[in-house]
Amino acid sequence: MPNPESPASVLPPGAAAPDFALHVTPDQTLGLRELRGKPVVLAFYPADWSPVCGDQMALYNEILPEFHKFGATILGISVDGVWCHRAFADARKLRFPLLADFELKGDVARRYGAYRQAEGVCERALFVIDKDGKIAWSYCSPVAVNPGADGILEALEKLPK
Amino acid sequence: MATLKIPVGPSDHVEGPDNAPVTLVEYGDYQCPYCGEAHPVVKAIQKAFGKKLRFVFRNFPLAEMHPHAQSAAETAEFAAANGKFWQMHDALYEHQEQLGGALYLELAGSLGLPAAALRKALEDGTYREKVRADFMGGVKSGVNGTPSFFINGHRHDASFDFETLSAAIEAAGGK
Repeated sequence: MPNPESPASVLPPGAAAPDFALHVTPDQTLGLRELRGKPVVLAFYPADWSPVCGDQMALYNEILPEFHKFGATILGISVDGVWCHRAFADARKLRFPLLADFELKGDVARRYGAYRQAEGVCERALFVIDKDGKIAWSYCSPVAVNPGADGILEALEKLPK
Repeated sequence: MATLKIPVGPSDHVEGPDNAPVTLVEYGDYQCPYCGEAHPVVKAIQKAFGKKLRFVFRNFPLAEMHPHAQSAAETAEFAAANGKFWQMHDALYEHQEQLGGALYLELAGSLGLPAAALRKALEDGTYREKVRADFMGGVKSGVNGTPSFFINGHRHDASFDFETLSAAIEAAGGK
């Protein structure tokens, strides 16, 4: 059994990013493969509706233009269902997709080494995936600490142009 | 551990001596209720530590969430350009529930600042870049929400109540 106190061992740089297709709205799915050719940022997080001003997804929403400068798409992923994501995204005016790792619950998070078995939620784990579908950078934050965006932006800057 | 990437410099708003053993940097948003809660805590901390503490405030408006955060930050920068940053900063937090054009002009008037010049600066976005520069410097330093505090360059991830924050400042050499 992994120690629930220590961050999970997330997939490291160099690994192929496992493909997936997850619901992004009640009737649409989004597959990682569809985004080939451009960098992708995957942000796993424990749950929708964490406290307002320190919220990780709200922060990423503020700096979307910075991600777009690198041509990158950012995707939030948690085990919350599509309707929960929709209410959360509406309330916080989020302008990027939230994916529901809902059925089988946490399956994608597990494949990235970013699932907290004891609580049944995703880690706060970040992945920057290059245009060829390879993990360029990954980071797992202590679950109570919002990791911010500095690591993501540094990793995007280092990607070959 | 996230660290402050932009050193304290001439474009910063600073209270307290340059040679103070501890520098506390806050990244804040004038419309954020948690920043509003932190405001009197910071005042009390400054009083308690006196000359042992240098306090710096930088803008981190979460403008998607808080529609008045950007204009309030630009108003504070306008006041700064006229030598009244801290007076405006305090007044904005003390009137956090009323942020908006009418309040800004009223506060400018009460601080003896030219209201017409403020209106023009807000319309022209004169201070937009300065606020954005603060924001992006914060993002690069690992600011992850508001308020975010850095004590001698290290992000303070614990709570910002008086006891916790003052203990962290003491531990950093402010005793």
